[in-house]
Amino acid sequence: MERIPILQMGEFLLVTIQVELSDQVALTLQDDLTERIRTTGARGVLIDISALELVDSFIGRMIANIAGMARILDARTVVVGMQPAVAITLVELGLTLTGVHTALNPDRGMQYLRAALAEEVHGHGRLG
Amino acid sequence: MSKARTTTASILKSHEKELVADWQKELASAGSASDVRIGERALHAQMSEFIGLLRDAAQHGDLVDVDRTAWQPMRQFLQEVSRSRVAQGFTSEQTALFIFSFKKPLFVRLRKELGDDPETLAAETWAATQLLDRMALLAMRSYQQSREEVIVRQQEEMLELSTPVVKLWDGVLGLPMIGTLDSARTQVVMETLLQRIVETGAEIAIIDITGVPTVDTQVAQHLLKTVAAIRLMGADCIISGVRPQIAQTIVHLGVDLHDVTTKATLADALALALQRSGWTVERSSGQTR
Amino acid sequence: MDASDSRTVKLTTEQDVVSARQAVRQLCQELGFSLVEQTKTVTAASELARNTVTHGGGGEMRLQVVRNGTRRGVRLTFEDRGPGMPDIEKAMSDGWSSGDGLGMGLSGARRLVNEFEIESQPGEGTRVSIARWK
Repeated sequence: MERIPILQMGEFLLVTIQVELSDQVALTLQDDLTERIRTTGARGVLIDISALELVDSFIGRMIANIAGMARILDARTVVVGMQPAVAITLVELGLTLTGVHTALNPDRGMQYLRAALAEEVHGHGRLG
Repeated sequence: MSKARTTTASILKSHEKELVADWQKELASAGSASDVRIGERALHAQMSEFIGLLRDAAQHGDLVDVDRTAWQPMRQFLQEVSRSRVAQGFTSEQTALFIFSFKKPLFVRLRKELGDDPETLAAETWAATQLLDRMALLAMRSYQQSREEVIVRQQEEMLELSTPVVKLWDGVLGLPMIGTLDSARTQVVMETLLQRIVETGAEIAIIDITGVPTVDTQVAQHLLKTVAAIRLMGADCIISGVRPQIAQTIVHLGVDLHDVTTKATLADALALALQRSGWTVERSSGQTR
Repeated sequence: MDASDSRTVKLTTEQDVVSARQAVRQLCQELGFSLVEQTKTVTAASELARNTVTHGGGGEMRLQVVRNGTRRGVRLTFEDRGPGMPDIEKAMSDGWSSGDGLGMGLSGARRLVNEFEIESQPGEGTRVSIARWK
């Protein structure tokens, strides 16, 4: 079965979804990611969905789950590169991905993760 | 019928030049020959082509059943002529007249050639009438289709024209909305804006509705959806130019806008956008207020 | 509408949901749907195909090209012989879910298309038909 590769870069994990996501592949990614967060002690997860042409309620829930589980495991999650058509469809579908931080591109996503960690170290900051 | 068919076809063949000349005269007497929009030579060429196609089809096919494959080149020709007439701004009457004005020259010629055979003359004239009427109808249908295509295209172009996304500052896009917002337009606006956000990487978009006269529930919902989609992509949105009446309407309609940043003017929104992205604007010394 | 405009995709496994999405996307592209229209239609199909597989115990999706004057569109029909739904109205309300999912499946899919019809008989199965016009 297909598996989505997870790359480690310092204290961050990077995932680029480039295949059509079947429910099973999505669930496996969820398991793999949480497991990798635990074994590596990663503090941030960046998921690039710019190649994803579709996010339905199942995939949306998977993304929200990953963010929620990562948070409990002490890692921040940022989802980057959502396509306009996907965003419009998600809004119409009624999914707002509450609790998931999004950024326009990987660059901005990394900025967010670094700032989030720095804020934690200094105890306060402008990030909520 | 086979004798009659060869007759019309052969007349079209042997008298093409005279027919074109008569046809041009006929059009001229109808006041439609020397039009600056279509040169005499182009008109002449179209007439020759029409007669040629009519002859070919008459030789090979039924004189009346224009849906046959033998008439395919003629149908195509009429489509092209109608399309160019639409583009040149001719009316539908003028386009139909182009074909109807061929009747008289053809009938006169038929009478000259078949005068001694009244039965064949009557049959041929009737067939030719039916045929040219069908041709004119075909031309009309193409004319109308072309007009509809033009209208659809203009509507699309207007939609695009009415939604200019402008760069206000590094990382700040502006969308000045003018006129009434309907569903179709809001959708185009939304898509254009989101696409530009991806292309430019701008993190803040300002939708200015100073030029929007009224806002109803649907439009307010559309605005909310746009803001939600922009946020999902990882950017943010400010709505500016909300006039007091519109603010009242929104509250009366019970639309929940409290989650959306609104500013009275585009200038206020830009100031906030600059502030958020870490810019400070300073008046240089020596200038006074 | 002629027969060549209609085809079906079997929906028995979870992998079939992916095939269904691909078939719908291809059809939408052939009809010249904009990217947003494509995405909405494919997403709705994905929700309904998953419902057919997970709640309906499998079934099929029928794809059709439909015409209304000069407008063209796609009609998708999802049919299963599963347990059916006792209360359609409840199933259509936001947040309701009979299994796993965010409860956005049916109601969300309805918002993504122009036409939505559902018939369900407890013990006999469910049939959902949607259409999206260009």
